Order: sequence, then C-alpha cells, then structure tokens
Amino acid sequence: MSAHEHDHGHADDHDDHRGHDHNAPPQPDDKVHSYYQILGIALKELLIEKGIVAAADVRRNIEARDAITPANGAQVVARAWVDPAYKARLFADGNAAAAELGFVIANTKLVAVENTSDEHNVVVCTLCSCYPRDLLGLPPSWYKSRAYRARVVREPRAVLEEFGTMIPDDVRLRVHDSTADMRFLVVPRRPVGTEGMSEEALAALVTRDSMIGVAAIDPPKL
Amino acid sequence: MSKFVPGESVRIRDDYPPGHIRTPVYLRGKRGVVTRYFGDFANAEVEAYGRRGPRKGVYGVLFCAGDLWGDYKGPAHDVVEADLYEHWLEKLA
Repeated sequence: MSAHEHDHGHADDHDDHRGHDHNAPPQPDDKVHSYYQILGIALKELLIEKGIVAAADVRRNIEARDAITPANGAQVVARAWVDPAYKARLFADGNAAAAELGFVIANTKLVAVENTSDEHNVVVCTLCSCYPRDLLGLPPSWYKSRAYRARVVREPRAVLEEFGTMIPDDVRLRVHDSTADMRFLVVPRRPVGTEGMSEEALAALVTRDSMIGVAAIDPPKL
Repeated sequence: MSKFVPGESVRIRDDYPPGHIRTPVYLRGKRGVVTRYFGDFANAEVEAYGRRGPRKGVYGVLFCAGDLWGDYKGPAHDVVEADLYEHWLEKLA
C-alpha cells in the first residue's frame, strides 16, 4: 500500500465500519454530520424560514439535478462517433454541440477531449470536485475523494490500473486538472465490432467512467 | 484579448498568496507550454469574496509529468494539463 492510500483512505474506512454490524442494513440517520453539512442544513432552514425559497423549490432543484445522468453524455459521444460533422462541432464548441441534443450547460465551458490510439485522456479536479454535472449528473464519490484527486495527477497509470484499465507505454497519458471554468468530457474510443450498430445502441455502450477517462469501453457482447 | 499563444513556453508564478487560489501548488514554479486560449473569464480569486474585477484570460497549459514529480514512474511523454489564469503565467525568454 502506498503512503497516499494510507493517508487518505485507510483511517476513514475504519471509522466508517467501527461499531456496527456488517450484516445490518446501512442506517443513514446514524451518520454524524460534518461541520459544513450542518452549516448547509442551517442555511437551507434559514432560507425557508425567511421565505426566500420554499422547501418544494429545494426538492424540485434536487429532482432536476438527479434527472441528469451519464446517459446524456453517452448520447453526445455516440453522435460524435457516427457523425464526423457533429464531432467537429463538439470539439469546436462543446456547449453548442450539447445544446443541439437538448442538453443545456450553464455557466461553464464544455471541452471535449478525444481518446485515440496515441493518447488517453483522464479528468480530475485536484482542487475540489469540478465535473461536467450539467451533462453527466453528479460525480461518483471516488471522483471527489482526496485519494483520487491526489494520486491521479501523480501516478495516473497506477490509478487507472486499479480501475482495470491498462494504458500501454507507447500511448501518451494526458491528465486534465479542471482548475477553472472548463468542464472536460472524454470522448472514448469506439470499440471494435460496433461498425453496424445504431446510434442508440452505441450510446448504450458508453459508460460514465469512460467519459471521465478511467476506463475504456468494453466491446459489445455477441 | 489573448496574451499568450499556443506553443509558447511559460513558467507558473512561484508565489503563495493567501486566499481562494485556483493555481494548484504542485504547478507553481513549474515550466509548461500553452496549448490554447479558452477565453476571458471572471476571476475566481476575486469572485470568491463577492467582489467583481476585470475578467482574466484562461489558458490550457501542458506540463511534463516527469517535470512535476521527481519520482514519476510512467513514460516520459505523459502530461498533465491545467486551466490557468493569465496572471499566473510568466513569459519565458
């Protein structure tokens, strides 16, 4: 185990598992809230109490957030695979290309990066958790973890191997650290054996992790 | 208006001011190459405190992983790219 894993993961794991029965279902109510979670709850309650927002507004916004899923990004990727003109527009202006398929990306700039036989892209936000949320939904919890953020810039190939992704040494690895208003979408390589597939069937192959760049796409099962 | 052009070598300011800084510490003082100009954006370092200031150019800057980490174990062609505000970039003669 590396020093990083020990620093960032090990102690937390044990805290989470201490003193409860592993066979019992999880009890989210037992969770002790962090300082910032309590601050967030207090702020929400105050905004509601003062009539600035209604509880239903908060709920509707959470619903709208949760309705955005990686399937949206998968549609963009599949279109780029089948339509070279769309692909060119996607690399020129990600927001406009996403809008063509009905996906509105507000306040950030969507930047598509392409995996090829020469280069593999992977995305991180070392500072916090920047992620193309308007297109892919909320990021997975590991994306926000200190372990992923610290390690993927320092030992990206080791991190990808833990996802089962081996990048040959002759392929250049390019890690994108999202430190400003750009949000990166990896366009993964189209798997072999998909030549005759419809755009819809292709979209079903595209996974969240492949659009972050920690995985390739498995060829379709025959 | 872009102040740097793609292909230009730059050095990231080796500076440690307090506040909401978007230039990761691991890149400060390092040399990189500008890949592209993304446009002018609100300066997060000022906006974080509820203030407004002039918009700043943001550039993609590419770094050799081996230059960032003395003990990098991957191939020499591996790179890290970050999006950096113009006031963190220094021209190299």
